[in-house]
Amino acid sequence: MSTMIRESRFGMFGGQYVPETLMSALTELEIEYKKCLEDPEFWAEYQYYVREYSGRPTPLYYAENLTKELGGGKIYLKREDLNHTGAHKINNVIGQVLLAQRMGKKRIIAETGAGQHGVATATICAMMNLECEIFMGEEDVKRQELNVFRMKLLGAKVTAVSSGTKTLKDATNEAIRDWVTNVDDTFYVIGSVVGPHPYPSMVRDFQRIIGDEVKEQILAIEGRLPDYLVACVGGGSNAMGLFYPFINDTEVKLCGVEAGGLGLDTSKHAATISKGSPGVIHGMMTYLLQDTEGQIIPVHSISAGLDYPGVGPEHAYLYQKGRAQYNAITDSEALEAFQFLSRIEGIIPALESAHAIAYAKKLAPTTSKDDLIVVNLSGRGDKDVYTVAEALKEGGLR
Amino acid sequence: MRIQSVFENLLHQGKKALIPYITAGDPSIAATEELVIAMDQAGANIIELGVPYSDPLADGVVIQRATQRALEAGTNLEKVFELVRSLNGKIKAPLVLLVYFNPIYQYGIKNFIEKCVAVGVAGLVIPDLPIEEREEIRKIVDSGNYPLDLIPLVAPTSRERIKRVVDEASGFVYAVSSKGVTGVRKKFSEDLEGFIGQIKAVTDIPVALGFGIGDVETVSKIKDYVDGVIIGSVLVEMIEKASTQNEAVGRIGNFIKTLREVLD
Repeated sequence: MSTMIRESRFGMFGGQYVPETLMSALTELEIEYKKCLEDPEFWAEYQYYVREYSGRPTPLYYAENLTKELGGGKIYLKREDLNHTGAHKINNVIGQVLLAQRMGKKRIIAETGAGQHGVATATICAMMNLECEIFMGEEDVKRQELNVFRMKLLGAKVTAVSSGTKTLKDATNEAIRDWVTNVDDTFYVIGSVVGPHPYPSMVRDFQRIIGDEVKEQILAIEGRLPDYLVACVGGGSNAMGLFYPFINDTEVKLCGVEAGGLGLDTSKHAATISKGSPGVIHGMMTYLLQDTEGQIIPVHSISAGLDYPGVGPEHAYLYQKGRAQYNAITDSEALEAFQFLSRIEGIIPALESAHAIAYAKKLAPTTSKDDLIVVNLSGRGDKDVYTVAEALKEGGLR
Repeated sequence: MRIQSVFENLLHQGKKALIPYITAGDPSIAATEELVIAMDQAGANIIELGVPYSDPLADGVVIQRATQRALEAGTNLEKVFELVRSLNGKIKAPLVLLVYFNPIYQYGIKNFIEKCVAVGVAGLVIPDLPIEEREEIRKIVDSGNYPLDLIPLVAPTSRERIKRVVDEASGFVYAVSSKGVTGVRKKFSEDLEGFIGQIKAVTDIPVALGFGIGDVETVSKIKDYVDGVIIGSVLVEMIEKASTQNEAVGRIGNFIKTLREVLD
């Protein structure tokens, strides 16, 4: 039992702060997942689907125009946007749904913010012929009409959540409530490296393929490891997936980029590590944005995928240990980077990934020409063009 | 009075405990005070007060709405503690707080425990703190020898976990009637009596059944094999639907009296 407790945490972070009703389900999940970890057949199946169905490996693209424009180190883009459904989310969904099938679960549920994880889950459920219900905040349902339609088209039931702030945080609460009620036949596919143990480790293991590929690709191209890894962090699954295989390569600097919203000096941001403090949300101890009473406070980001008051516990741990650093990028910086990358490289990034691009824009000029910078382009921006068009109308940004 | 003595006294009289829940501060602290006094007078044996929290993930929609109303009315921990202090001179029933872990953690676990004891809280139900995460709070309560019961929840899914969960229990065991969140329902786990029996087989501590119990019919059906009955959402809904405070107090008082008769 003592080893179980140690394994459920990253330093002081992580754990299992959930109702007793879920504890046996989490234990069952942990046992089944550990079996899969050691089963080459499971990973062969996972590899088959990420390759044949989602199109992996994704390219590591040398962004020559971007590099020249910024005048610093060489910038490579990890093209997760080229996955089926347009983001890294599908890597994790393939892994979890394969696991659900092994466990004999007939019904899949998931939470979604912008809708990317919801679409990925609905997609894999359609392909594997499983019943699927997606929980989405009422506000997000309104903001992301197109993704709601996509999920329905794929055969999923979309349930609008009207409690609390009516966004991702509350969709997650509602998915947990559904799971408590239907725990016997239902598998909860969490979309990020968050939630109670074993989810943060499991989702990381299904996303580490990003970092594993980067390592192989950069060694083949440049013959050495990169100096910087840059990725946006909401819950933090694309960043964790990129960072994880490099954690012991201490010469590689790990840079997480949080959503600075209207600025860190305002109350409208989602910069959990930059401005938060340790506490409990969605079954885990981690950094979160809360008031002095421990009530979780509403957050803001122009990017619905980063609009989350918590962060994965392993990120909290990497931050506390000083292994990774976390910086914030504001809405307007992200909007600017969104347009900049579109024009200079012909790649429209997701607003989430635009935060990473914006940080790279600041970082690159401070580096030398010999430095290597890898930016995770976690998703494509088609879903965001309407939001961006609206923002440009209002704000009169460049 | 300690919770244990309440159950001992009831046992002598051949009665079962009636444990109502309402959310503190819904719709105001003053209203809660009046409602608690009315429930005490109508025959409640232990009273559970919910501390409103922004993310109550073990609660159904009725209690979610109540916690939102309470938070909007400005309810905070200090006000809940003051309410408990003020009530303790006025009622017989011990007060139990139902509180999510994060507010305790932010207050400082030791400070929170000491404050509870100082104002007269008799026990804590922490719905998102399973035994795996309970060690720290348990150590603090034990080492300070504080007169505060940590009341564990046991679920129909607990099975082989039951023994570990109740091993460190005091006060009573909160048995969760069915899989799911709080809220009145008609359908419970198939074999409730067997479930209670599983708990009773491994502990002598009283077992009270809660989650979803909201009518006289259900209470009469279960009363023979439990030591107490916890009712919450049905009362919270009465508060929500009442057009005046007097109406809420009247309806809840009458309902508690009716249940009291069923349980005696």
